[in-house]
Amino acid sequence: MTELYLGLALILLLTIAIGLVRILRGPTATDRMLAAQLFGTTAVAILLLLGQAAGNSAIWDVALIFALLTAVAAVTFVRRKDIDSTTETEEHDGTD
Amino acid sequence: MELALIFDLILLITLIALAWLLLASSDIFRAVVLFIAFGLLLALAWVRLGAPDVALAEAAIGAGITGALLLVGLGRLGSAEHYRGTRTRLTFLQRLSAPVLIGVMIPSISLILLLELSLHASATPGQQGLVNVLLDVSGTNHGVTAVLMNFRAWDTLLEKGVLLLALISIWSLDQARPLFRQNDISPQLTGLARLLLPIMIIVAGFVLWQGDHAPGGAFQSGAILSAGILLAILVGYTLPTRRQGLSLRLLLAVGFSVFLLVAAATLLSSDYLLKYPDSLAGSLILLLELVATASIAALLAAAVVGGHPPDDLSKPVDRSSAVNGGQT
Amino acid sequence: MALTDLITAFLLLGSLGFFLAGTLGLLRFPDLYCRLHALTKADNLGLGLVVLALMIQSDSWQVVIRLLLIWLLVLVAGATVAHLIARKAQQDGHQPWRR
Repeated sequence: MTELYLGLALILLLTIAIGLVRILRGPTATDRMLAAQLFGTTAVAILLLLGQAAGNSAIWDVALIFALLTAVAAVTFVRRKDIDSTTETEEHDGTD
Repeated sequence: MELALIFDLILLITLIALAWLLLASSDIFRAVVLFIAFGLLLALAWVRLGAPDVALAEAAIGAGITGALLLVGLGRLGSAEHYRGTRTRLTFLQRLSAPVLIGVMIPSISLILLLELSLHASATPGQQGLVNVLLDVSGTNHGVTAVLMNFRAWDTLLEKGVLLLALISIWSLDQARPLFRQNDISPQLTGLARLLLPIMIIVAGFVLWQGDHAPGGAFQSGAILSAGILLAILVGYTLPTRRQGLSLRLLLAVGFSVFLLVAAATLLSSDYLLKYPDSLAGSLILLLELVATASIAALLAAAVVGGHPPDDLSKPVDRSSAVNGGQT
Repeated sequence: MALTDLITAFLLLGSLGFFLAGTLGLLRFPDLYCRLHALTKADNLGLGLVVLALMIQSDSWQVVIRLLLIWLLVLVAGATVAHLIARKAQQDGHQPWRR
């Protein structure tokens, strides 16, 4: 079972690495923030799996703190007065 | 075992790549988000290194405070346009310097580290044995807490001083200005805060209590509390003006001051800085952890708010000109 | 392999599907709102299935409650943040993508 947990944690880590492309490409500030939000959830999943694999409950405490606090950065972003308008002007990226 | 190694390798490569990308980013906002992602992965790295104490601190600081601090700081810079890096023409040598630095330095440092590890890794178990022997008289049941609050408490004392100094520097720069839109708070956000705030306080207490026998302690607990304070500010709670004078300053300084008093008392009574009497060690550590938690929570939150409270507390700050000035 | 292990493996595989879909959506969907929609699936079900898989493996109710608490926190925070981000994007004048 340990292999299964670690294997899944590994693939989830890879999804974070690949998802970094969205932070790099944007195009809007909100897109970048979204990617960070997804990484937060993925990191919680990875920590749960690592904790189970290692049988160490302290790792789950780290996951708990992530789960509790990742909203704060996103809420700060949403409530910020000054939106950097320059990154917001590029409306869409042409993926179609 | 193999899988764990691959996991570590990918984590390492991603961390280095992230660090490079965020330092090289010409768009500051992108750098901030990359830094948030960096914090997440760094916590994973601490977990893999077998240091859950540091991972807890990194999670609390990285997820709760750093992101908010940088985003707020970015807001204070005004429009990002002025701060977007301009590309200057580099000479051939300048352009060569980065690849040479990376191509030579990183391999050589890695080589030295690898040699060092292969020679000494198994030979030196660190101070673990010594800490275990002395744990009984340390006043706590967790090795890391014993080191931080007793054996090397002077490090922690100075750390509290650094945090206080940092806030004094921030306060000396400017007056605090409301950074968030006061109107237009969505009811869902208020609901989220009402739900999360009590849980944050309970978890902060739990982490502080747990520091006695497992990973946890004042810094982690204070960081969680400060994220709670920040969330409260974000949904529009304000500190009553009467509390922003002496009471606030006392709260900010109490952690360092009490630590300093204990240090002075131990120096006078035992000739050694922060050498607690054995019978009092437990109570002293508890006292220091409690006041440190309160101060750290207040200091970190105040650092995010930035700037000292308005001098004339009866008047609200007129910030419309200052904030919008940079934007147009 | 015991039955519980089999169920755990099955659930973990399912969660992997949701995380992969979330990442794929984040990278490939044409606009902000679509991407938002994709990644909330990872919040809800991706993590939910991991939590469920680990709950089956646990032997004490304290562990079950801890896992449940973590999942509920992510669920509540994720849903609210998704709403707030979509709302802000709309206020900023982002037009939803049309074919």
